[in-house]
Amino acid sequence: MSTDLTTAVPRKRRRRRYSQLTSGDKRALGFMTGIPTVIHVAFVTVPALLTIFLSFTKWDGLHGISSVRFVGFRNYWEIFTVFEDTLSAAIFNNVILLVFLFFGPTLFGILLAYLLDKNIRGTRVYQSIYYFPVVLSLAVVGIIWKSVIFSPGQGLLNTVLGRTKAGHQIDWLGDSHKVFSFHIPFLDNAIGPSKNFLVILAAIAWRHAGYIMVLYLAGLKSFDPSLREAAMIDGANEWKTFRRVVFPTLKPINVIVVVITIIEALRTYDIIAALRAPLGMELISLEVTKNLLGEGGGNVGRGSAYGVVLLVLCIGFIIWYLVNNFREEQT
Amino acid sequence: MSATVAGGQVVSEGVRERVATATGRRRPIRWSRVVLHTFLISTAIVMIMPIALAFYASLRPYAETSSRKGGLFTFPKKLSFANYSSAFKQGDMGRHLWVTFLIVVPALILTLLLASFVAFAVSRYSFRFNLVLLMLFTAGNLMPQQVIILPLFQIYSRIPLPSSISPNSGHLNNTIFGLVLIHIAFQIGFCTFVLSNYMKTIPKELGEAASVDGASVPKQFYRVILPICRPALAALATLEFTWIYNDFFWAVTLVSRGNLRPITSSIKNLSGQFLTDDNLVAAGSLMIALPTLIVYLILQKQFISGLTLGANKG
Repeated sequence: MSTDLTTAVPRKRRRRRYSQLTSGDKRALGFMTGIPTVIHVAFVTVPALLTIFLSFTKWDGLHGISSVRFVGFRNYWEIFTVFEDTLSAAIFNNVILLVFLFFGPTLFGILLAYLLDKNIRGTRVYQSIYYFPVVLSLAVVGIIWKSVIFSPGQGLLNTVLGRTKAGHQIDWLGDSHKVFSFHIPFLDNAIGPSKNFLVILAAIAWRHAGYIMVLYLAGLKSFDPSLREAAMIDGANEWKTFRRVVFPTLKPINVIVVVITIIEALRTYDIIAALRAPLGMELISLEVTKNLLGEGGGNVGRGSAYGVVLLVLCIGFIIWYLVNNFREEQT
Repeated sequence: MSATVAGGQVVSEGVRERVATATGRRRPIRWSRVVLHTFLISTAIVMIMPIALAFYASLRPYAETSSRKGGLFTFPKKLSFANYSSAFKQGDMGRHLWVTFLIVVPALILTLLLASFVAFAVSRYSFRFNLVLLMLFTAGNLMPQQVIILPLFQIYSRIPLPSSISPNSGHLNNTIFGLVLIHIAFQIGFCTFVLSNYMKTIPKELGEAASVDGASVPKQFYRVILPICRPALAALATLEFTWIYNDFFWAVTLVSRGNLRPITSSIKNLSGQFLTDDNLVAAGSLMIALPTLIVYLILQKQFISGLTLGANKG
């Protein structure tokens, strides 16, 4: 990809060539790009690469760097066998979260955007209402839902079900029993979604739908309405027009929405951590930080291996996003 | 046209005609619109409900709401702000707010400044590494933070700082400075991406005219380009304020001392301390959310345009 752009840029000469600048200007530009790049590379890019390296080592993180020992694939072997229960539960929950986010709030957000794009009365009011949960931190969202929706003694759910009396209460966030479970080959323990994890999905969805709606609404605004009218005149019904005309033309925004949903599902952390990570709510992101510090130091190697699992799951989508976003600039 | 667009399948033509003839008015009730608004209003109620309930709960004593059969859904015997004052005191929120202020202000200013530096350079001049740089920044910002936290934690606890900046650890971890730094490093990516898209739309003749007049590169940046970017900067500032204010992850991992943590991450103490008093917890979390809610109410337009600038390239 980089070979493409080095040949493409001089040909177009849309921007000023670097070589035409005075030395003082060159120094200024070097300073302006250099400092931010150094900060970003030192504290984001380098740690990302170090995660990969450290996942092949054993280190408690307390002693000096000289105590880092190379152990090959042992951390991976460990997390996939010895800690198999945690990892499989975490991966399973992440998959559930991802599938749910996609088919639940993401599609719902797209539907809301589509409906609000019709110039109906009160669009702006609806829009601001749907969007406002997005300004809240997921940690705050979790605590708010815990105190008024899931609260065993007074929350919305138990009140509606008439279960607020002591002894009859349902502890929504504490019940880690699996709704159903199944065995898959090579795993000793059955996997399945816990009740409390399924319940907390509602709180995550509440915030996610508005986010997707705003992104998609912006995409729809850039859509040429005459295309839709033409399709309607040709006799296509509404669903057909959306599927065959609107949706394909919005491909860039579709990619963004899909990638954002996937990344959000993988980086979900705050809401579970703020609820003090109850049993049944395992996620890969939480497994990473469990190894940050522990009794007698952390387990940097194992934590990094979990980090690499996360990286492997998202890297393909990040590349997809980049290609989608920067494609125009190559040509 | 809009009548057929709005849920044409939901209401059959026949029904619509019957309604139109029965009412005999010039503007018949469009049933598809009624269905649409009913749906939109119910969605709005669902969206508001948790916050509205939290506010209602926060004004009432827990002893009252938890002892009655209707739970929160009862008429109040007593409404007061008592929960707020005790949550503020018990959660030591004054201190956490101050810490948050010390993090958000420098992080916000420096992120925008550094990002506009890079955006200016890559969008107005062509280097060989323009695209590589932009992709690196964007990729870094998209990565889940957990991927980098273990090495970052180790790097932080090994970079020494003078005790005037880091009185507790002598290192980068456990400091406000460290949190500001990681916010800058992580958020530069998104801001650069948005700003470079914005700057590309500025005609290049503007910069050229200035350079013919003898303006140096820094002067062009400061005098010509930056003022034009004011709307984009305002949108980004609103968005980044909320994101940095809402940070939970960096604070709980890179700062181990509870009293040095910014306010959003202090919510963890809240859920432990007052485990039984849900109304106090509701008051505390609403107080934590208040600054972002205010920003949203006042600067909603900037907030949304910040997000869409990032999604829809110029």
